[in-house]
Amino acid sequence: MSEKLYPVSVEVNGTLREALVTARLTLVDFLRDALRLTGTHAGCEHGICGACSVLLDGEPVRSCLMYAVQADGCSLTTIEGLARSDGTPGALQDAFCETHATQCGYCTPGMIIAAHALLQANPEPSEEEIREAIGGNLCRCTGYQQIVDAIKLAAETGKGKA
Amino acid sequence: MKAAPFEYTRPAKLAEACSLLAFHGPDAKLIAGGQSLVPMMAMRLARPAWLIDISRLAELQRIAAPAEQDADQDGVFAVGAGVRQCVMERDPRAHASLPLLAQALRWVGHAQTRNRGTIGGSIVHGDVSAEIALVACVLDATLELCDTSGVTEIPAREFFLAPMITAIAPEQCLTEIRIPVWRKPGGNTAHGCAFDEVSVRHGDFALVSACAQLAVDADGHCVRAALGIGGAAPVPLALPEIGWQLAGTRLDEQAISAAADAAVGLTDPEGDLHASADYRRHLARVLVLRVLRAAKQDAMNNLNGKRAG
Amino acid sequence: MSVPGTERFRYIGKKRRTKEDPRFVTGRGRFVADIALPGMKHVALVTSPHAAARIKAIRSAHAQALAGVHYVLTGAELCAATEPLLIGVDAPKVLRYPLAHGVVRYAGEWVAAVVADSRALAEDAAEKIEVDYEPAEYVLDPEKAIEPGAPLVHPLHGSNVLYRRKFVWGPVEEDFARAGHRLAFRVHWGRSATVPIETFGVAAQWDAGRQLLDVWASIQMPKFPDQMARALRLPGNAVRVHFDVDVGGSFGVKRGIKHAVLVGYLAKKLGCPLRLIEDRLENMRGGDMHGPDRIFDIQAAFDSDGTIRSLKIRALDDVGAYAGRSPLQLGKPVGAIVGPYQIHSVEYEPISVMTNKTAQEAVRGFGQAPTNYALETAIDRVARHLGMDRVALRKKNFIREDQFPYLIPSGTSYDSGDYHTVLDKALAAADYPALLAVRDAARAAGRLAGVGIASCLEPSGANSSFEPLFNPKNDTTTWMDSCLVRVDLSGSITGVMNTSSAGQGHETLVATVLGEVLERDPDTIRVVHADSLSALPSNSPVGSRMAIMLGGAAAGAARKIKSALLAIAAHNLNAELAELEYREGSVSVKSDANRSLSWTRLVEIAHRKFHRLPPGLEPGLQAKFVWEVPGGGGLPTADGRIQMYPCFSFEAHVVLVEIDPATGQPKLLRYVCGHDCGVMISPDIVHGMTYGGIAHGIGAALYEKFAYSDNGQLQSQSFMDYLIPSALEVPEISIVDHCTPSPLTTFGQKGSGEAGYLGAPAAIAGAINDALAPLGASIAELPMTPLAIWTRMQAARARLKDATS
Repeated sequence: MSEKLYPVSVEVNGTLREALVTARLTLVDFLRDALRLTGTHAGCEHGICGACSVLLDGEPVRSCLMYAVQADGCSLTTIEGLARSDGTPGALQDAFCETHATQCGYCTPGMIIAAHALLQANPEPSEEEIREAIGGNLCRCTGYQQIVDAIKLAAETGKGKA
Repeated sequence: MKAAPFEYTRPAKLAEACSLLAFHGPDAKLIAGGQSLVPMMAMRLARPAWLIDISRLAELQRIAAPAEQDADQDGVFAVGAGVRQCVMERDPRAHASLPLLAQALRWVGHAQTRNRGTIGGSIVHGDVSAEIALVACVLDATLELCDTSGVTEIPAREFFLAPMITAIAPEQCLTEIRIPVWRKPGGNTAHGCAFDEVSVRHGDFALVSACAQLAVDADGHCVRAALGIGGAAPVPLALPEIGWQLAGTRLDEQAISAAADAAVGLTDPEGDLHASADYRRHLARVLVLRVLRAAKQDAMNNLNGKRAG
Repeated sequence: MSVPGTERFRYIGKKRRTKEDPRFVTGRGRFVADIALPGMKHVALVTSPHAAARIKAIRSAHAQALAGVHYVLTGAELCAATEPLLIGVDAPKVLRYPLAHGVVRYAGEWVAAVVADSRALAEDAAEKIEVDYEPAEYVLDPEKAIEPGAPLVHPLHGSNVLYRRKFVWGPVEEDFARAGHRLAFRVHWGRSATVPIETFGVAAQWDAGRQLLDVWASIQMPKFPDQMARALRLPGNAVRVHFDVDVGGSFGVKRGIKHAVLVGYLAKKLGCPLRLIEDRLENMRGGDMHGPDRIFDIQAAFDSDGTIRSLKIRALDDVGAYAGRSPLQLGKPVGAIVGPYQIHSVEYEPISVMTNKTAQEAVRGFGQAPTNYALETAIDRVARHLGMDRVALRKKNFIREDQFPYLIPSGTSYDSGDYHTVLDKALAAADYPALLAVRDAARAAGRLAGVGIASCLEPSGANSSFEPLFNPKNDTTTWMDSCLVRVDLSGSITGVMNTSSAGQGHETLVATVLGEVLERDPDTIRVVHADSLSALPSNSPVGSRMAIMLGGAAAGAARKIKSALLAIAAHNLNAELAELEYREGSVSVKSDANRSLSWTRLVEIAHRKFHRLPPGLEPGLQAKFVWEVPGGGGLPTADGRIQMYPCFSFEAHVVLVEIDPATGQPKLLRYVCGHDCGVMISPDIVHGMTYGGIAHGIGAALYEKFAYSDNGQLQSQSFMDYLIPSALEVPEISIVDHCTPSPLTTFGQKGSGEAGYLGAPAAIAGAINDALAPLGASIAELPMTPLAIWTRMQAARARLKDATS
């Protein structure tokens, strides 16, 4: 007796994606395994590390704390969707490269999602506001310094939109 | 950490949600934001066979501020249980009518969890250190619960029974939280409030929290006071008796100190990995002093603002 | 703009974007969980709820009856079919396998493994496995564990002591007798670890046609393919580990040998690809990645003028219920046992003890961070005892810049350094007098504030000499690394590195070095990771060794390429080598610029024009370089003296902290780190790892602890209770660089991967204790949580009250 499957229809990075999923499939596992968008990472599966952050209807959320079925009809943006329309990395991603704001790369997609959401809402954040905005994204490699620098750089050069 | 298998449904109406709850009994759980429930399911500490998604029920999204603040009686601010924390955080009516809740919300989780978590979900989860629950108790909110047989009301102060255990029955749904909005203060009186907590890291569960809302007159007399402590007892502690004690005082250090001592006497904290019972008692006293001082200062600032404006 | 000491280089030391960042910022890393092999199945674990118990029976019928479940593996089967995993000390009766066999020794130990179509189904099945346990006696306190009569974690071993020895280097008793003063104290480095955001994961696939096991893993471990093969009873060339998997942080801990042997065994047996990604609970409880848990008892002998003559150090370390390399984490600090100080003699008694807790594994610094914490606490206490300034005391005892190479009592020679200058730079950057004034003003206003100073060594270059030091039966002295460089027909350069990377920027390191030697733009140089069958020998990025070893190997290989190009040019230009000039890949006669050959032309000759090749030169253009760590190859003397790591980086931390007097909550207000790792090849990368190391140190100092209940349960088993610092707990950090090149390395570089972590906890502890000193309080254990600080404050206030009443 296998598990019941539910139809899910989600817009992901501008494209409509449809699938049949179990109810318990989390949104992060749906993105990674069903849609093969492996840029979003699972670090703790209990909603604390933030590696799984994505934009849901434009707002940053933890995709490990949602089931895919709950996202039916919603619009999602993952790290893969933050590139420019020609496929080149966006301005925020470029800033991360300029300041070396990533080392192992595991927290990075979630961090960029959080930073992107911040700059959309607040194009000139203070250092305190930056740290608050990424306060729910844990990193073990960088000590956050170069990440804060990257977000400041992206803001300062007016590159508000990634 | 994958949840145990379950079936999922997203009813279009509240009545349907209640029918489903009644039908499935304790095997079913409601899910709104899921910020507390999903991690528990991931750890298989919760394993409902049915998950009933109420996050999109329009009936749970109502926000109704009092039309006009009455000078004679408290108003009521109604928040649908399904209203997301981020929505309340940004709502100017909430800021105007419920400044204490607005302050408390800054301490709730992280921005990302507030984008999904709901006002009602936080209350129903029953964590002893939850900020929204504390504010609901301190302001003497009324909770509306619904099931197939109809609607009941229960004071927030009677809703919390023990850590993680509330008075909600398995077949009930929390639908609305009605929070008293203090009557409009007279010309020489202003309100002030403060919320504070101690946690190990920013955004962690509070070890202990405290909040206070005061009405203070131009001479510095306390006209009205409400305060409470979270995390220092099996349930959030509203302290109305201490509020009455404070009314009529000048909120000087002696009065505040006496209030803090009395408050600590009413706590019954547990010890755990991060804080011993003694430490929690100590923090409770410190935080009550802090929020009373801060609320008084807030009221004085508002008074001066009134005079200036 | 160049960082200190790098002016003469073209690419080394210059600001440059890394090669790795572009894929990570676009979500195009390739981590083990991203690898989907067709037909792949998934593994979940059944873990022990008991700290110690006998396994009486395991029943899996209900589990196997579930749809999608393919196999249940127990210890009985696995232990009969595989070899036990290696242990770093001579303890043949302390056996370790991936699954428990007959007995469980810690809560969280893996008892059975389930294979199913999905991870969720595997977890469903794991729940249905019934295990009958007979709980047994257990011991959790390491001091009780070494007492006679304590419950034995491994009864056949006869005691709970895995290793114990008292080293005496120099005339310790004499120095103590002659010293004017002595003091004794204890500190406890609590159990924490570097806990990467990615857990350990491994995927394996057995190709029966080729008789080959392919392995993809999130790995940072020397000799991993060899150990896998050995355990699985396969020839070494029947295991192919793919080193091109991106590792989501390791900082020492991702050894994963038990995970890999388990999955490798199942993959071969079941004939389908398999993957195990630890979930966070499996990782915290049973991933065997906890760090040192060390009690230091220290005695210091010193004179009134502040000269520290001698130290006696007893280090009791709780490695948990099993051991791999963990006991050796007591051995590495031998190579820097006196820190940066001219201490004449040392007695060192390391004791590695087992208890019924999760097994310890290598953590960033391999034991040096706890040792530095103990040493710097000693310095601060000596200063307080004498009423002497902490900075002055350090400077008085520092090894001086003109004393290098400096031989310490335990037989290790420090290559170079200038500790006075680095400390001064840090103090200047912190504006030390102003910092003290801020502290004093806070105190005057009734607050608690403190400044902490720590001056610590970062041994680098990872020599394995603690292996023969702690186990005379193990005379391994080779600790090599390697690089292969190819220039292809089109003239493009590819460097091949022979191990995995976990965020250290090795591809950038190699490209920069190759570019430097060959004078070609590093942005045009590609660096790839070999797999273990095609790789040259490597010993992994451990012990801050890659800048030295991989950098040195890349330089060595590049020089061979350059020599080949010069030889081709000499042959074709009819000139002597001495007449030639190499410039950005072209070679010309110095006195006649018309006689030259371009890079393109030289490459063409190498690949296509055999008739133009000098006799004896290999066709094509490629070179390998494999070399031993500088100063390595030695065995310890009878009294345990040995050259440990070759190169010594140095860090000086200056920290301002305030403690909320009402709640005990600490807050870091200013953080400055002076850092000297010789020539920095990639400054952004070095700075990045230093910031990260300091953040790790902040976690170990203030927030992180693997706490156990009285019945052996890990209480901090998720991120709800194991508290990792966020951007709100880590302050802004200022790093100020200095460069004393190493005389032992190609460019003067020293290693730096463990920077920051090695000194931060010591500095923060110094600051917290400075803040508590006016209360007569102190704290001698990590982490210094608000509860721990407040408890000490309360005790001090009570003592004061008693004293004055």
